[in-house]
Amino acid sequence: MWNWIHKFSSPKYFYDMSAKLVPWFAIPALLIGVYGLYLGLFVAPTDYQQGESYRIIFIHVPAAWMSLFIYMVMATSAAIGLIWQIRLADVVAAASAPIGASFTFLALVTGSLWGKPMWGTYWVWDARLTSELILLFLYFGYMALQSSIEDQRQADKASGLLAIVGVVNIPIIHYSVEWWNTLHQGATVAKFDKPSMHIDMLIPLLLMALAFKLFYAAVVLVRARNEALYRDRNRRWVRELIEKI
Amino acid sequence: MNGSEFSWSEFFAMGGYAFFVWTSYGIALVVILLNIVMPMIERKKVISRVKRAIRREQLQQ
Repeated sequence: MWNWIHKFSSPKYFYDMSAKLVPWFAIPALLIGVYGLYLGLFVAPTDYQQGESYRIIFIHVPAAWMSLFIYMVMATSAAIGLIWQIRLADVVAAASAPIGASFTFLALVTGSLWGKPMWGTYWVWDARLTSELILLFLYFGYMALQSSIEDQRQADKASGLLAIVGVVNIPIIHYSVEWWNTLHQGATVAKFDKPSMHIDMLIPLLLMALAFKLFYAAVVLVRARNEALYRDRNRRWVRELIEKI
Repeated sequence: MNGSEFSWSEFFAMGGYAFFVWTSYGIALVVILLNIVMPMIERKKVISRVKRAIRREQLQQ
């Protein structure tokens, strides 16, 4: 059993298998994304309070969800790498960080562009915005530790610990709109009773969220393949493979 | 869009919020494209780096 796990999680095995998987995520991501955009921009009705400005939601909310989701993938992978020494888990964690950072950046910027017309300001230091900004710095911290520590195992240990400790920030982001008085509106979809959103707005939102998730899956595979090559650059399988390219 | 007939100029105007909406979508497009292009560049970098290392070792032998 243990040998089996290590065989299938070896970077070489992953590298060989993952190439075929990428289009299975990338193509549905494109199709669902285009359809979601069509519904969101052309079909969804105008919001009776926010007018057309609310259409930022179809980018902002999926990006914000991805910023949290990717962080959890990164921290979980880092923990698996730390505890069971599975090298592929560290590869996935390292490959996830820049993607997560880019979605966090997107969530912050689109939130800011939505906040200006609705709240009258691009930025306030309230709980939701501040905790999301801390999330961006956690991603940056992880990436800085990865690139600044020469020894790969030490780099994985240090950055992995940071990622795991940073998980405390995730429920803070999620519940910030309930725990503190904030300008940011409360949850409209992820709550226990029915989502308080028109179905013609909800469907494109969920489609965009799905498209973003599939997009992440495709990109993390490509990035993890690069990472696997780089980390095993002195091993024979990489040498043999590169000589053929 | 409310109104009975669809008009592109009305669509792009976004009810007066054009700057905020289209800047958001534009930045989203840039982030998506960078996520696609950067790993491609990185792959080329890794491959050329390993190739150089192989050549260096062959010269030393």
